[in-house]
Amino acid sequence: MGEPEIPTRFAPAMGKAKEKKTEVVICFAGDSGDGIQLTGGQFTETSSFHGNDFATFPNFPAEIRAPRGTLAGVSGFQLKFGSVEVFTPGDRYDVLVAMNAASLKAHLPYLKTGGIIIANTDGFDKKNLKLAEYIDEQNPIEDGSLEDYQVHPIDVTKMTRTALKESGLGIKEIDRCKNMFVLGYLYWMYNRPLARTEEFIQRKFKGHQELVDANMKALKTGFNFADTAEAFTSRFEVEPAPLEKGTYRNIIGNQGLAIGLIAAAEKSGLDLFYGSYPITPASDILHFLSRYKNFGIKTFQAEDEIAAITSAIGASFGGALGVTASSGPGIALKTEALGLAIMLELPLVICNVQRGGPSTGLPTKTEQSDLFQAIYGRNGEAELPVLAAYSPTSAFGAAFEACRIALEHMTPVILLSDGYIANGSEPWRFPRSKDLKEIKTKKVSKPENGSPYFPYERDENLVRPWALPGTKGLEHRIGGLEKTMPEGNVSYDPDNHEEMVRIRAEKIQKISESIEDQIIDNGEETGDCLVIGWGSTYGAIENAVKELIKEGHRVSHIQIRYLNPFPKNLEEIISRFDKILIPELNSGQLCQIIRSRFLVDAKSISKIKGMPFHVEELKAQIKKHIS
Amino acid sequence: MSEVENPVALTAKDFASDQEVRWCPGCGDFSILKQVQMTLPDLGVPKENIVFISGIGCSSRFPYYLNTYGMHGIHGRATAIASGLKAVNPDLDLWVITGDGDALSIGGNHLIHLLRRNFNLNILLFNNEIYGLTKGQYSPTSPQGSISKSTPFGSVDHPFNPLALALGSEATFVARSMDRDPQHLRKTLKEAHEHKGSSFIEIYQNCNVFNDGAFDRLSNKETKAETAIFLEEGEPLIFGREDNLQAIILKDFKPAVVSIDSRENLPENIWIHNPEKKLKAGILTQFFEEINPKMAFPRPFGTIYREQRICYEDSMQAQIDEAIRSKGKGDLDQLLEGQNTWTIK
Repeated sequence: MGEPEIPTRFAPAMGKAKEKKTEVVICFAGDSGDGIQLTGGQFTETSSFHGNDFATFPNFPAEIRAPRGTLAGVSGFQLKFGSVEVFTPGDRYDVLVAMNAASLKAHLPYLKTGGIIIANTDGFDKKNLKLAEYIDEQNPIEDGSLEDYQVHPIDVTKMTRTALKESGLGIKEIDRCKNMFVLGYLYWMYNRPLARTEEFIQRKFKGHQELVDANMKALKTGFNFADTAEAFTSRFEVEPAPLEKGTYRNIIGNQGLAIGLIAAAEKSGLDLFYGSYPITPASDILHFLSRYKNFGIKTFQAEDEIAAITSAIGASFGGALGVTASSGPGIALKTEALGLAIMLELPLVICNVQRGGPSTGLPTKTEQSDLFQAIYGRNGEAELPVLAAYSPTSAFGAAFEACRIALEHMTPVILLSDGYIANGSEPWRFPRSKDLKEIKTKKVSKPENGSPYFPYERDENLVRPWALPGTKGLEHRIGGLEKTMPEGNVSYDPDNHEEMVRIRAEKIQKISESIEDQIIDNGEETGDCLVIGWGSTYGAIENAVKELIKEGHRVSHIQIRYLNPFPKNLEEIISRFDKILIPELNSGQLCQIIRSRFLVDAKSISKIKGMPFHVEELKAQIKKHIS
Repeated sequence: MSEVENPVALTAKDFASDQEVRWCPGCGDFSILKQVQMTLPDLGVPKENIVFISGIGCSSRFPYYLNTYGMHGIHGRATAIASGLKAVNPDLDLWVITGDGDALSIGGNHLIHLLRRNFNLNILLFNNEIYGLTKGQYSPTSPQGSISKSTPFGSVDHPFNPLALALGSEATFVARSMDRDPQHLRKTLKEAHEHKGSSFIEIYQNCNVFNDGAFDRLSNKETKAETAIFLEEGEPLIFGREDNLQAIILKDFKPAVVSIDSRENLPENIWIHNPEKKLKAGILTQFFEEINPKMAFPRPFGTIYREQRICYEDSMQAQIDEAIRSKGKGDLDQLLEGQNTWTIK
């Protein structure tokens, strides 16, 4: 077998010093069938073991296999890793891996000037150039239009085929190993060991030795090629980040959310029932939970969104921890049942992994436009608690807390996440089971001596008891009609209705007694400007505000975790700042709520592009308001 | 030694709640409520294990009038609520109360999926061929041409045949009864309860305000003998007045009505009812002149179809048991830790 061809246009290396970098952003881009997400995932895992902090952002098309080579079919995986604290997957890339012309065209606008392009030349043939809509099929690699960048054209396809020609695999299978070649190449660039990915290959292709061998070989060939080709004058070194001491793992947002639900079930001594209908980007929660049957979890793939939530309500009535999840359109379908759960006063957790809307909208893109839906979107006066996860790791705690509130306060709770959190990943210093608080349910197991059981008898927090079917002597009926207190009998009495509406609302507001005060995430307790965020904008705001503070601005940042009820001290914090800015991936929903609730002249920074904020754009926007 | 409670025999009265029953005077629902209350004490189920779940509609007020556990849900969703409840507590004795609008219109999707999954519970579909609670619009079971508030010129909708729908949805127990035949209704309720799986009973129920007499021909003494046939397992299909007895024969899966002289002298090919034969059950569901006007067959009552099939909640639990057996009971710390960790010192 011949040695891989070495492109001659690279200048010979002057030696291989290690150039230190504090943070690097790489974007892997290719066709949605190119194994891009897997490649990105592997690079992330290897970097995490190296001790880097990181944040990832997969960006893929809604179609499973969009037409090959087209702009619509480009799948991207963005990763930022660093020897410093990493808050976001980065604004602009240092390195763009473009497996074809379309992926270069789609991602070039986000590459830093002077950045590195690793281009698979086979993906730049006439057909690909045409599909990518390059005028006259002009090849950007050859026409000088990329002179502001460092281009590394490599015929990945040819080299992988050459390396694997004796593997016994067909061309199709060999071509599937291209991503491993590229990964090997990048491992050399960033001085990373191959061991983690080698272990992964062994696991993934267990029982198919020919595939194990082929993928291993492609990985090593890529690594050796980078070494031999002397494409770089130096290798890059990104040292471990000064993360807090402890044991870490990598966590993806949806996974964190699912583990949070399981942990809450364990800590409350309940069985978890998860009713769900498949929908992007929430389905992974169902996939994950359905694998953990040995925790006694009952996952129910319902016939529709309505059955998903109503079956969970039935499960809650029966004494399980009832949970359902969906994304905006599915949540819309669940709305009537949400009202029922509020009326019944049963514990229930509803997760909304938001995506671009309205209607089908942008299924695979992120947005924060369901806040109004969560807070107001029901018929009648129907308050419920709303929480928001703000990062992949926080999804765990947010899910756990949503369950705690639901169970301790006998109410449905909405937990907001979004596509960016759901699919993003970061290092997680995971807790131990013993560090998690026990959750006390409102279950009543024995009939009180002689006294009758009233389903709507309330405690000091206005919370009703939870009597489970099967418990002798506690037989009772509940329903969606207005009811008397404490008997729960149907009532159309006008005064009773007004009283019940007020009590149900007050019950929710009282939850603010049991939640943590709002903290200042960054900056001083008082200042010129307070930037208020919620949800997945956390990293971008944190980063932007940190830099503005460094530049001498008196700016602070808070990220609101509890959107209803708000933390008790929120109004007071807001009052200590002259200006209030609220960046959101919607047209200003939290901003409207803050303005109406606190009568402050809060200003919205709005982005509705299905994409997260960039730190630079956020900084520029904030500066505009404070200068 | 554990204390053994001496079970006190319960009566129908023990199952009546303290709430005033508020259906219109003369409503068929009163009879159904009474038959259910009379049947429950005979089932040998502790009262605290019985749960009634309903949707929305006149019939769906039912749970309020029973002194058991109950939930008055939302329109069409009783079946889905019951599915979740049964999944987490298979020991409960569940009864879904629904109507023709609730189960077949707004809740059609949940009904068919519940039936194919075969949760072990009983579905009582009160069919009055009208929307009563909303005051008189036609329903999915109203005959074509029905004059109602919303169809002043007659409905153009072709109606559902509820039993055929249930059978087509892979139901494991399908029966029909009516409010005006208390004895038959109690017997059918018991048979439904005895069946392990989703038991579907369509109960003809007279709405004396908006659709009075819809089933009169099937229930009044003059016509009943000729328009209805009461099925008994292992018995021949015979109907008609004693002075004009008719039998149903089945030849090459084609049914026909023949006159007979006596119950002893039966023709060749006489149809003997066997509720475990699905093809025959399918034919029985087609004895439905509203849909097949040319088939002048009597309307069948009783258990039309029955089969044994594993229940959803049992399969669900079996998977969990198997997972625990093979992997061991879930360990939260292991789950939190995941597959790959690294330590920063």
